Amino acid sequence: MTSLPPPAAKKLGLVIDLDICVGCHACAVACKEWNDGGEFGPLPDENPYGAEPLGVWFNRVHSYEITPSPLAGEDGAQRKERGNTPMTVHFPRSCLHCETPDCVSVCPTGASYKRVEDGIVLVDEAKCIGCKLCSWACPYGAREYSEVRGTMQKCTLCVDRIYNESFEEIDRQPACVMACPTRARHFGDLGDADSAVSKLVAERGGYDLMPQMGYKPVNKYLPPRPRRDGCSSAPKPAQDEKTDFSTASPLLRWIDKVLSR
Amino acid sequence: MRPAFSVIFFTVMSGCGYGLLFLCGLALTFDSALFGRIEGLTLLGVGAVFVVAGLLASTLHLGQPQRAWRAFSQWRSSWLSREGVASVASFVPILALSWCLWHGGDPNGVHALGALLALLAVITVVCTAGIYTSLKTIPAWHNRFVLPGYLLLGLLGGAIWIRALHGLLDDGNPRFAVGSPGLTWLIATLALASWLLKRAYWNSIDTAPPAATPESATGLGRFGAVRSVEAPHTEKNYLTHEMGFALARKHAVRLRAVALILIGPLPIVLALATALLVPRSPTLASCTAIAAALLVTAGLFVERWLFFAEAKHVVMLYYGGARS
Repeated sequence: MTSLPPPAAKKLGLVIDLDICVGCHACAVACKEWNDGGEFGPLPDENPYGAEPLGVWFNRVHSYEITPSPLAGEDGAQRKERGNTPMTVHFPRSCLHCETPDCVSVCPTGASYKRVEDGIVLVDEAKCIGCKLCSWACPYGAREYSEVRGTMQKCTLCVDRIYNESFEEIDRQPACVMACPTRARHFGDLGDADSAVSKLVAERGGYDLMPQMGYKPVNKYLPPRPRRDGCSSAPKPAQDEKTDFSTASPLLRWIDKVLSR
Repeated sequence: MRPAFSVIFFTVMSGCGYGLLFLCGLALTFDSALFGRIEGLTLLGVGAVFVVAGLLASTLHLGQPQRAWRAFSQWRSSWLSREGVASVASFVPILALSWCLWHGGDPNGVHALGALLALLAVITVVCTAGIYTSLKTIPAWHNRFVLPGYLLLGLLGGAIWIRALHGLLDDGNPRFAVGSPGLTWLIATLALASWLLKRAYWNSIDTAPPAATPESATGLGRFGAVRSVEAPHTEKNYLTHEMGFALARKHAVRLRAVALILIGPLPIVLALATALLVPRSPTLASCTAIAAALLVTAGLFVERWLFFAEAKHVVMLYYGGARS
């Protein structure tokens, strides 16, 4: 049934820290690798070794340059203090497992569904007719259609890992989270205010993408911390340090004299 | 959005088919003896053929067409599913009316079935438009002019094809004459309304404030202007292929003018010409009516192609697309 389930207490999702993501694409590659062989795979590519390979990835990493814009009522000195250097932000983009997603409700077959128990949005491959309407309904580009399989594919939040009892407890996390070398990705229950991820969101001001669309994304992004322009407010190395050489040995006094010339 | 021919064909033919069936149903609601056996069956048959051709074309767009039957299940939430259900339901009055026209049914029954057909035709086209208007991600479709556009252009297509069939079947029945003044006025009014509506629609999508920006898409606007410096992939992917279609936009102004002429002034002129030609040369009048149907249908294809090609999806903002 593609009607949305009642709001659930448990909201599994990701928190992505844009401050420390270095744009290495390890999350995207680990995702592709796991899901190609996992329960929802394969993720076949068209023309994989040809001139124009094309294939489904659940996770894509963009890179943006942000040019600081003047703030209202800000003078030149304040602007300099805040920083004027363009900032590079690496931006991983995947399914946000929205609370009220249209990708689920537009599905004519019931293939697209949101799990009642944990809010994960999935596609039932056996029911999908490949009409692509769900991908049109998603503003985040989370769904990619496989021409080879004739069905829609999307992030499963590694549902075949996170509940997998054959794994050690520590490995029951999405492949992208496991792979991130900078720990910019966190997985947990965003419906529980006491969970580590919820605390992180509260502490760092985690935010929703395109909240005006009204889909209430579960995944949150942590904003980059403010950069400083040329480290203008960073502690400066001591320039005019006074060292008393009057009590030092004659040799040191002579060296000081030579070097101070 | 990539203008897939299968979907353009589906929306145009299904629109014309339901426009035609709506007008037939409405006519039969008030006058069960309006059509003779041949005329009535021809009109219903052509309407049904248009609808079936459109539905079959739409399945060409599917990755797994053998599972298309599953699309009838989610009518509670999905406009696409509702469209399928309403479309199949409309065949009940189509087949029942065909039986009545062949065997001569009870006039009250024909009235009721005609009303049911008209109602289901409207519902189906409302559902077709709903597939597009429900998508908040595509501001050009999530627009108040889209639903009236689908209804009006479907009616125009239906009326123009009814007149063309009159031209083909003109058998001296005065109420089924190719030059009937009622149909002339109907076509002229619908064409004028379509012309005004499409102008208002294009004006609306050209002047609408952006639904999202690269800044709101990334949530990084608080730091300044956001510009894509590196895409996630060097080759195209499904998203850039399906939603990043920009080939036609450079011809949009010219194509809009072509569509406006073909659905506005042209059918008005040809409808009047048909009416004026009937006393002089019935054959030429019939030919004019058929030409009008073909030209208006061509105009509808151009209009529908633009409807897809001009629509921008907000996901392209992540790829450095302009505000949409």
